[in-house]
Order: sequence, then structure tokens, then C-alpha cells
Amino acid sequence: MGSFVPSTPSEQQELLRALGLSSFRELYGVVPQEMYLEDGALNLPSGLSELEVSRSVSAMAGKNRIFSTILRGAGAYDHYIPSIVKYIPTKEEFLTAYTPYQAEMSQGILQSIFEYQTMICELTGMDVSNASVYDGATAAAEAAAMCRDRKRRVTLISGAAHPDTIQTVRTYCYGTGDELRVVPVKDGKTDLEALKEMLSSEVASFYVQQPNYYGVLEDAEAIGAMVHEAGAMYVMGCNPISLGILKTPRECGADVAVGEGQPLGMPLSYGGPYLGFMCTTQKHMRKLPGRIVGETVDSKGERAYVLSLQAREQHIRREKASSNICSNQALCALTAGIYMATMGADGIKEAAKQSMAKAHYLAKSLCAIEGVELAYSGEFFHEFVTTMPKAEEVLKALEAADILGGLPVEGGILWCATEKVSKAQLDQAVEIVKEVLA
Amino acid sequence: MKLIFEKSTAGHRCSILPACDVEEVALPAELARGEAPKLPELSETEISRHYTELNKRVHGVNCGFYPLGSCTMKYNPRIDEGMAALPGFTAVHPLAPAHTVEGCKEALDTAKQYLCEITGMDDMTFQPAAGAHGEFTGVLLIKQYHDARGDSKRRKIIVPDSAHGTNPATAAMCGYDVVNIPSAPNGCVDLEALKAVLGEDTAGLMLTNPNTVGIFDENILEITRLVHEAGGLCYYDGANLNAVMGVVRPGDMGFDCIHLNLHKTFATPHGGGGPGSGAVGCKAALAPYLPKEDGIRVRSFHGNFLVVIKALTYLLTLGKEGVPEAAKNAVLNANYLQSKIRGTFTPAFDRLCMHEFVLDLSEFKKETGVSALDVAKTLIDHGMHPPTMYFPLIVHEALMLEPTETESRETLDEAAEIFRKLYELAKTDPEYMHAAPHHAQIGRPDEVRAARNPILRYSF
Repeated sequence: MGSFVPSTPSEQQELLRALGLSSFRELYGVVPQEMYLEDGALNLPSGLSELEVSRSVSAMAGKNRIFSTILRGAGAYDHYIPSIVKYIPTKEEFLTAYTPYQAEMSQGILQSIFEYQTMICELTGMDVSNASVYDGATAAAEAAAMCRDRKRRVTLISGAAHPDTIQTVRTYCYGTGDELRVVPVKDGKTDLEALKEMLSSEVASFYVQQPNYYGVLEDAEAIGAMVHEAGAMYVMGCNPISLGILKTPRECGADVAVGEGQPLGMPLSYGGPYLGFMCTTQKHMRKLPGRIVGETVDSKGERAYVLSLQAREQHIRREKASSNICSNQALCALTAGIYMATMGADGIKEAAKQSMAKAHYLAKSLCAIEGVELAYSGEFFHEFVTTMPKAEEVLKALEAADILGGLPVEGGILWCATEKVSKAQLDQAVEIVKEVLA
Repeated sequence: MKLIFEKSTAGHRCSILPACDVEEVALPAELARGEAPKLPELSETEISRHYTELNKRVHGVNCGFYPLGSCTMKYNPRIDEGMAALPGFTAVHPLAPAHTVEGCKEALDTAKQYLCEITGMDDMTFQPAAGAHGEFTGVLLIKQYHDARGDSKRRKIIVPDSAHGTNPATAAMCGYDVVNIPSAPNGCVDLEALKAVLGEDTAGLMLTNPNTVGIFDENILEITRLVHEAGGLCYYDGANLNAVMGVVRPGDMGFDCIHLNLHKTFATPHGGGGPGSGAVGCKAALAPYLPKEDGIRVRSFHGNFLVVIKALTYLLTLGKEGVPEAAKNAVLNANYLQSKIRGTFTPAFDRLCMHEFVLDLSEFKKETGVSALDVAKTLIDHGMHPPTMYFPLIVHEALMLEPTETESRETLDEAAEIFRKLYELAKTDPEYMHAAPHHAQIGRPDEVRAARNPILRYSF
């Protein structure tokens, strides 16, 4: 049996005796006999030594394919993670500390979150960021909730947003009994005419993802103007790497900017843990859910950081709180901060430019093959959809060559390229596609 | 200490990416951002030093005793970290074809098997990313269940006044009206108060057992029976599972669905405030309502997968014998510590506790003028992370201690001695304690100023 209990059985007996007891059963005296599990009652295997556990779990990991080239995105992106970004969050104190409620002994965490909040504001152009939420999809749902008021309760979302985001927002709306309406897609983008018609006086907000699920760049600024003219709030879901070069949500008129922070130093990890960032303008600051770190002074007048504006939160407002969210994703926010510091503005810009360049190179090379076409006509960042015959065979052939090809979606295959993939890897993939379609 | 932005020097950088090996593509001007973001410019040396300096101002479980009631700050095993860092897990895309991720499937199935057995549930999801997120998911199961039966009059969720703030907040997020019931003087559910509010409009009850004052409610079977009789369902808040895992199963207590905090009971690290994992289990009748393709979804992809790997590794290590051993020693340690402190501070409930106990400092404050907050802040000077303060709300001047099973007797004896010292100090030098801490990273921060004049980012 593996155990992390320091005391020996005889030491445990001593403690029991010190309490005037002779058995563990007495400690659980008030537990009715019919529900008390005797020793060995659990129908589980016996515990294991560390070496055995290591073998067992490693064997499970060994049953997963590690592809040497990944050309699939769709909400989870294979960017290069600098070594220092991997290493720092493994430091024991960062890793094992609790939430920084006791500011006097947690300045390290509080300051790192304050720095993260600042960097996210710089990246998005917004005024205020929270300490993070679970992921991009829940950030979108929380943003929709924050935009509702007594008069305006309907949430609009673009049909070109990530399906998981739409489904998550739909679930949160189901919870509160609010209505979600999906704006149709036209040529891989939000249908602006449909949007205009759907922007009625009961609409609280419209959410658009930029770039969208199909990789296409939306007319974010025009959409913002349309949404504001209808008196609603504008929520943009952003890719943080793309913000190295793309117009910021602030510049597009967003009231709330959210997104999936996974590209900022978190590995693919079969989907988690990831990072939801949420930021807004000064005007809407007090509507932001979740933890926020603020600056103040201590009793000696020295600069200090604390969890702030807690009157918004569940432990104070209970059933009147706007969200039940209690924790953030602190270690992931720390990771994102280290990534942004390591890459710097130039590095993120470079990662963005190269991702875009490689994706366009891949698209051009694939479309040079007979039978392959781009599904949509709009500008794209680092993802695009192609139509081609024998799609399944193509993906199988790529898999055999250790390449994870694009994701099969309605309308074709959704490909992605990041700065991590080399020209040689792209050329190899294209060759294989060419062979299959020949 | 300087902020990272205050350490920035123009031109300092790390060299991470090579030059682009394909032709550059320009963004149309109208889509391009105007100004570059102001991110710090640092060399790797400077980054390394900055985060080392920050890390020195963080108190981890590795630094010392961390008796935070309700948080289960047990030791985080290193093997869990090692397994979660395996490339076979970290390099896997969430949308990779099923036949290429058999290992992920096996890991999740094994974790589900262990946790369903421990909790007495039939099915489980790992999609929720945190405890509160799990609560939301669990209450949505109840909501879907009643909606599917066309039972629209069930608008109320019952919550005891001792509950964690997330419970009523969750119920509100699911469109329910919250009915708070007062706790009995012994801290447990007042059966008469419960009966008085049960009816045709009851959707369910949210409960923690042992409860937030660390006591196992011996009426639990009657409580769940009453709720079921009224047509409601019972939700178990698993925050306190460390007291009973492998000893009592929530399923056997009559609960229909539960959430677990993998980052508490199952030893995954807290990370300074996440990421955790709020696995949700349920009985077969609710299984159709778990997250699925044409049903609900509470976040993208599959949940905090690497966190589940850490919990799985821990479960495989403990196994059949280790799971109840952990719970039993958590309860033993809490009772031992309570008995050692009892000579000075006053336990709120003078009886055997479960894995945590609450001290009531209201009389102590009247006598000495020293509050629970003052005691907590003075503990910081002694290198101990303070216990949970002012929770649950039903005890005044509360300090809640949860030692966990991974502490030795020596640590508990030392802790009791520190509490004894502070008890004496309050009588001889209360002023010192009002102004504590004196030797920490900072003195007491002005929280009022922070809220009144919010500065939430650095300004260049």
C-alpha cells in the first residue's frame, strides 16, 4: 500500500489512547453501522509503491500517439513553449500554495496575478482584467451573464464561434432561464444582414469569435458599430497570439474581451487545464466576475497587493452573487504571465506572423493540388478550411506518417499551422496529400 | 519588491524562435493593430531572478503547517506531478482521433471506476474545472431531471445556513430560489426546520456531510429520506470528503449526485488558486443528464485532464487500504489537535469532530479584545499559515482548523504550543497582536483603500 501518512500504526494507537479511545471505529461513533465500511470493504485494487504506480500510469501514457507534426487547432493550439515557461510553475511554493487570502504571506502570488492582469490588458487594449476563469468557453458564458440587465436578457452568439463555446453558453443560459439565439453563418463568417435583423431591443450582448472557428477573420469593427447602434454590448472572443498583430478588441469597440489563454504557454494536455481570460472597460469593471487583485498600501505605507472588490463574490453575496465562481486558474495565469514576459511584444508578434505565414503557405500548397479548394473566401489568420475528395483517406495517410492532419468539420477539413511547424514538415504533409489524391 | 515592468530594459530579450522559413504574409492594414502591447523586455536571467524573488514570497505546503479548514491542504505527492508531465499526456490534442488516445480513455475510465466506488455513485464526469463548477453541473442534473418529468413547480433549493457561499450562488445560477434553513444548536441540520420547508416546490437539498463545522450529521439517512419523500433530490458537496472517503459513501447516505474537489481530497496541488477539478458523480437515474454531445456542456473539451491524472496517480498509490487510512488519520489528527488546543481556546462544539474543527473566539475577544483575525495575523509571524477565518457564518469569531492526515504528531504538538503562546500573549500584550504581523512580507494591507480606489493594473 502506498501512503503519505507519516505516523506508524503504533503512533496512531498512542494518539487514540491520548483521546481516551481504543479504535478508529470509536472516532466515527456517530456513523450508523449500516453505512460504515469495514476494513477491506472497498472493491478496489490494493495500493501500490511509487515504482509500480509509475509503471502503471506510464503504460497508459504509452498508449497515446504523440504526433511529430500537428496541423490541427480548433480551439487547442500547438505553439512552442519556452523552457523557462515550463520550469517556473513547477517550483514547489507556486505549485502547492493556497489562494492568497492571507495577503501578508502571499505577495508572490498576488503580484504575479497583478502582472498577469496588466499584461492581458496590454494585449487586448482593455482597462481591467480579472485573475482568470476556467477557460475561453466559460469566459464567454460569464461575459454573456455580465451583460444582462433587467430590460435586456437575450444573448446573441455567432454561429461561427467554437461549437463548445456555443454549447457552454447555451448551458449557462439554460441555468438562468435566459434565451440564446445563434446568428447564422454565411461563407464561413457571421451573416451581417441576419445579425442586423436579430439585434432587437431585448438583446443584451452579441458574441463573436475572432478569428472564428473556421479561421476566418470577421468584420469585427463593423460588427461593433452595429451592436452598439442597437444598444447592446459587444463581446469578442480573441486568440491571444493573434493579438500580436491583429486589431485589438478595444480598437474594435468591444465592451468585454474574453478568450482561451491556452496558447500562452500551456501544452495541449488533452484539453486541460486551460485558461479563460476576461477583461473589460473601466465602465463595466464592477460587473466582472471572479477574483481580481488590486494594489494598495500596507500599515507601513509600502506598496502591497490584495484580493479586491470581493463584495462582488460568492462568499459575501451568496445567492445574490452574479456568479458562483470561487477560484481562478492561478498556476495557468502564472504560466501565461511568464510566457508573455519571455516572448515579449516582439516574440508574440513573431509567433503570430509566423503562424499566419505558415498557414498561408500550407493553404497555397494544398490548393495547388487538383481537387483541393478553400471552402471560404475571407481573410484568415492561422486556420482555414479546405474541401477535397477522399478526406478520410488523406487523414489516415497523414496519420501513418506521424502527422495529425486537420479536423474534419462540416464543409471540409479545418487545418492549422503555428510557428512551431517547419517548412519541411509542411512540405511532407502536402506531398502525402498529393499522393492520396493523385 | 519591484514589478516585472519596473525591471524592463529596452532591447533586453530571450531568443526563442528562428527566422521564418516561409514567405511572410501581410495582414490588410485595416485589420492590423495600431500600437504594440507594452510587455516587459527582459533577458532569461532577469526573468529567472524575478520569479525566484516572487516565489520566495509564496507559502506552499512544502513550507510548513497549513491547517486551512475546508481546504484539505494535504501533501501533494511528487509522483503525481511526474506522471502529469509525461509527453504521452501533455502532447495530446483534445480532438485527436479516439484510436490514438486509448491511454487517455483508460486513465479517465480508471479514475471514474475508483471514484464511483469510493463515493457510491454509478457514473461520473470530469468536465467541471473546479468545485463551484462541479456544483453548477450537479444542480443542472437535478434541474434537467425535473424538467424532463415536466415538473415545473419545483423552484426551490434548500441550503443550510452553514453552507459555503458557492452553494446558494450555484442554486441562483440554475434559476432556483434559495431557502436557507437555520442549523440546530449542535451545528447539524434542524430536522423540524427542514420539514417545515419541504414541499411540492422542493427541487432539492444541497448538503455537506460532515458539515462545515466538522461534524457528521447522524440524522443523514432521515434527512435524505425526507427530501426524497417530498419529491426532491439530494446533492452532496464533496468538499469534506477527506473525513469519510473509504469509510462512508455519499451514495449510501442517500445522495443522488455529488461533486468532488480533486484538488482537496485527492491531493492535486492548489496552484495558488487553481487549476483544480470538480468531478461530478451521480446515480444511474441522473446519468442521462451528464455533459454529452446533445446535452449540457460546462466547459470546452474534456475538463482539466492533467489534474485528473494527478488524482488517478494518487488513487492508484493509496488503493483499497490507503483511501480509508487517509480519512481515518485525518479525523484522528483533527481530534488530537483539538484536544491539545482545548486547554486554551474554546472549540465551538465540545465533542469528537471529523477532519476539521472550529474554535469560537467570541468570549476570548470579549475578555482580551483580541479577535480571530488578530490571532490569525500573529500566527503568520510564527511561520504558520492561519486557519480559515470567519467561516462558517454560524460560529462567531471562528477559526477552522483542518490538519489533514499528512502531518506528524510532532507538527501537531508544535502547532498546539504556538496556539498556547498566542493565548497567553493576548492577555499580556494584546496591542502586539492587533498590529500583527510584524515579521512578514508586508504589514496588514489597507483593503478598504483597495476597494474604494481600485488599481487593478500597472500604469506605464
